[in-house]
Amino acid sequence: MSAVMEKRKVRLATTSLAGCFGCHMSFLDIDERLLDLVELVEFDRSPLTDIKHCGPCDIGLIEGGVCNAENVHVLREFRQNCKVLIAIGACAVNGGLPAQRNHLDLGQCLQEVYLTGEGVVNGQIPNDQELPLPLNKVHPIDEIVRIDYFIPGCPPSGDAIWKFLTDLLEGRTPRLGHPMLHFD
Amino acid sequence: MKQKSFLLDGMPTPFSDEQTIMDAAMAANVFIPHLCHHPEFKPQGSCKLCTVKANGRYVSSCTTYAKDGMEVENNTPDLNEKRRTMLQMLFVEGNHFCPSCEKSGHCMLQALAYELEMLTPHFDQFYPNRPVDASHPEVLLDFNRCILCELCVRASRDVDGKSVFALSGRGITKHLIVNAESGRLADSNFSLTDRAAHVCPVGVILEKRKGFAVPIGQRLYDEKPIGQQVAQLAERTTKVEA
Repeated sequence: MSAVMEKRKVRLATTSLAGCFGCHMSFLDIDERLLDLVELVEFDRSPLTDIKHCGPCDIGLIEGGVCNAENVHVLREFRQNCKVLIAIGACAVNGGLPAQRNHLDLGQCLQEVYLTGEGVVNGQIPNDQELPLPLNKVHPIDEIVRIDYFIPGCPPSGDAIWKFLTDLLEGRTPRLGHPMLHFD
Repeated sequence: MKQKSFLLDGMPTPFSDEQTIMDAAMAANVFIPHLCHHPEFKPQGSCKLCTVKANGRYVSSCTTYAKDGMEVENNTPDLNEKRRTMLQMLFVEGNHFCPSCEKSGHCMLQALAYELEMLTPHFDQFYPNRPVDASHPEVLLDFNRCILCELCVRASRDVDGKSVFALSGRGITKHLIVNAESGRLADSNFSLTDRAAHVCPVGVILEKRKGFAVPIGQRLYDEKPIGQQVAQLAERTTKVEA
């Protein structure tokens, strides 16, 4: 088969925003199916490649919600470059664990953790310009940009991620039935 | 006399007098999604998840009596779409973080979300501030998960004869309150042996020191989706729900 006729690999980018990388670990749980996957896809920006910025991609997988200014920039970079953007895991879908701080005052949180908390000596609130500013509240990613698909779960199982991706790559409407669809 | 029946998604479904569409459907092992309905208590039709189309009109199946020859639509894309939207609104109104909830796997709200394939809460999150009430020695109240089904209100009033719970406020400010001057559960005459302690379909009323007792994979709705557990729903007992 000539090079022109060869099927172009789908470009896939992944990132973790306000997440714990658990969904990426779960992604690796597809185990030897990773070898099947790399036949079909080429990784762009991802912790697996260490590419720092997202180029034009077919699919973007976003783990984690949005808790600081950098998360917003990365998310927008993904949206601009990915034809299909997928929220993966509870944090991306509804804010998840980081959003548990949403009923607390951010200023008071920072003060307690870095200044007044038990055992803190000569504390100071981190204020380096390298550090992204935290947002007042943590948000699910679909409150910032349009999201095409959602894979809930904390984390979604490797099987669920595999089912979803293969459905998508093979042109079917991705669907997770019992027991792959779960929120915990 | 000829057995009275109605058509439920085209299936002839028998019913007796005083049976609602929900009662007759459950007896026929047909699942109609619901949250505030419980066979032990007087139906009130507030959650609207059990909405069906009866002779072309949207009605709550738990409060509408079955009628001979009635045509009822239940499991249709139109109704399930509306039910999914109602679930999404319930999810964003409260703080429903399943991974940290003791009720996960036994929760009807979660099980219905699975059943109706709700992949995202879709609407912007409210993230309300609802402090928990951990005052009672045996029971924790986590208001973050309350869906205002009033099952605890009905159980406490009608079975326990205590009226420990009530709903207060209107519209979006509506919330569950405890019948004590301080508002704390510890200052009410609530007890773990009350029926009301065991009817919450979500994770609001929780027995202390008992969380996560069943391993993931073996919980009520891990084994079979809620839509296939009509018999269990029809025969809910304290034991099953505890």
